[in-house]
Amino acid sequence: MAQLELHVVKKNSIDRGMDSARGFVRALYLLCAALLALAAAPAAAQLTIEITGAGEKRLPVAIVPLAGEGVLPASISSIVRADLERSGLFRGIEIPLLRPHPTEVSKVDYAEWRARLADALVLGSVAARPDGRFEVRFRLFDVVKQAALGGVAYTLTREQARATAHRIADYVYEKLTGEKGVFSTKIAFVVKRGTIFELQIADADGENGFFVLRSNEPILSPVWSPDGNQLAYVSFEQKKPIVYVHSLRDGRRRVAANFKGSNSAPAWSPDGNTLAVSLSREGGSQLFLLNPDGSNVRRLTRSSAIDTEPRFSPDGQFLYFTSDRGGTPQVYRMPVAGGGAQRVTFEGSYNVSPRLSPDGRRLAFIHRNNDRYQVALFDLETRQMQILTDSARDESPSFAPNGRMILLATVIGGRGVLSAVSADGRVKQRLSVTAGDVREPAWGPFIQ
Amino acid sequence: MRVFWIAVLCALLAACAGTATEQSPAGVEDRKPGAEARGTEGGGPGSVDLTGKRGASMLTDPASPLSKRSIFYDFDKYDVKPEYRPLVDAHARYLREHPEMKTLIQGNTDERGSREYNIALGQRRSDGVKKMMILLGVREEQVEAVSLGEEKPRAQGSSEDAWAQNRRSDILYKGEY
Repeated sequence: MAQLELHVVKKNSIDRGMDSARGFVRALYLLCAALLALAAAPAAAQLTIEITGAGEKRLPVAIVPLAGEGVLPASISSIVRADLERSGLFRGIEIPLLRPHPTEVSKVDYAEWRARLADALVLGSVAARPDGRFEVRFRLFDVVKQAALGGVAYTLTREQARATAHRIADYVYEKLTGEKGVFSTKIAFVVKRGTIFELQIADADGENGFFVLRSNEPILSPVWSPDGNQLAYVSFEQKKPIVYVHSLRDGRRRVAANFKGSNSAPAWSPDGNTLAVSLSREGGSQLFLLNPDGSNVRRLTRSSAIDTEPRFSPDGQFLYFTSDRGGTPQVYRMPVAGGGAQRVTFEGSYNVSPRLSPDGRRLAFIHRNNDRYQVALFDLETRQMQILTDSARDESPSFAPNGRMILLATVIGGRGVLSAVSADGRVKQRLSVTAGDVREPAWGPFIQ
Repeated sequence: MRVFWIAVLCALLAACAGTATEQSPAGVEDRKPGAEARGTEGGGPGSVDLTGKRGASMLTDPASPLSKRSIFYDFDKYDVKPEYRPLVDAHARYLREHPEMKTLIQGNTDERGSREYNIALGQRRSDGVKKMMILLGVREEQVEAVSLGEEKPRAQGSSEDAWAQNRRSDILYKGEY
């Protein structure tokens, strides 16, 4: 876009007969282009989230602007409201200008809030502290039951305004739904722009994106360590797939698996001490376990088929993986300690990329449905399968740590975008970047 | 001593293959005519170094069967079709005659399906070529079979034609990857 505009500027200049000044214009043009490139380069692509489907019944909540929140660089109340609405379970109600402006210590007129059709209410305040930091206080009320549900006070720096808002949203979400919120979590994904690949991390609302690794060669299959401090992924920087473990604290990278042949599909054990990978070093693609530092390599599967895409069950006892040992790629399960594999999926001729829900009860995977590749959710108890999306090229499903949403990669209008769908298929969001393909999402863990 | 024999062999092979006029593709060392008389390191004014470089040129000379590097596959298939057997055979012969040479076979798939599963499918394709080479007498240490899955498509787009071009194994030699 920027370049297009510059071309127009240049053309006009020449049209006006400024031939003598052409050199100067060209220099100016180059300078502008360089400045624009500089301005554009350091920022990671901004992920924008668009809600494309919401829950059937959304709880109306009133998030009143916190008294004095203007001193912070981000509007706490707007972020809390946006977070809650993005979940598909809440609807923020419009609030008129209130005088006097209520705070967490104000006496609540429940009848008045009931008349505004709010089921829940958040009031709070922000104050600057003498040490340059700030204090944010809030209280949550159940308007229907006419009861205070609790509140928290946070001390924060100016830079922590957004993070604090996400924590408030998590608090409200948990109090009202009974399950943990994921607004303070992060997501990792790969952006391809031109010939450049970037492994990026952003907040769950798409803000604060930055790149962890930028490369001229493909990056795929990022997976978070259970503590959220490391990412394992596959990088082609040595012209073949190699598994790396990347520390997010200091940027230190370690090769976890670089054997002869291909090294791919890393998965962390729940205790963070073991990686499962698919290696071709002994021919074929077979599952191996190793320590994240690359030591203690042991082979797990011995088949003449493809065995790949391992995932640990949350209890660490089983590995779910993709194998074509039965003729078509299907999901199998085997004990991590070794032993026979059991087939898990039977419906259709292509079921790949298994991902366990955090409670271990459901399995998300990619199911080929005629010629469409879609995210399916399989209940491991009832053996019922449900297709959650209506797109055609879904890949890489990733559960939110509370199990409510599944993030996935798909293609819309020829471009790679991320999409999120609730486990009941109702809530839908689309996450895209301008001028780039997004793919390979991985939802990070809860951070303590 | 070994280097000497390699040099002689390379020189003979290069003579058979004709003059090298092809420019090296990106990533391959400089081997312009006359470059061999210089010797990049450890050589003197009178030294001649033909190792690798002359041998490599016959790998890229369009007249040589060794310049053909790609094996294409049908959808969901990984067997080397009969029409590509002479190609694999030529490379196997070359590797047998040049035990110092190493090759990397990269398996590729079209864009459909899971990226990781496609890595495994591409591996099956490159493994197939490697197995065939080993059966033809190439030493295990000379061949590495890897997969690029769907990540490095030669043809862009989502047409049947693009997919057919991307279901492929490529044979590369040291210096080309």
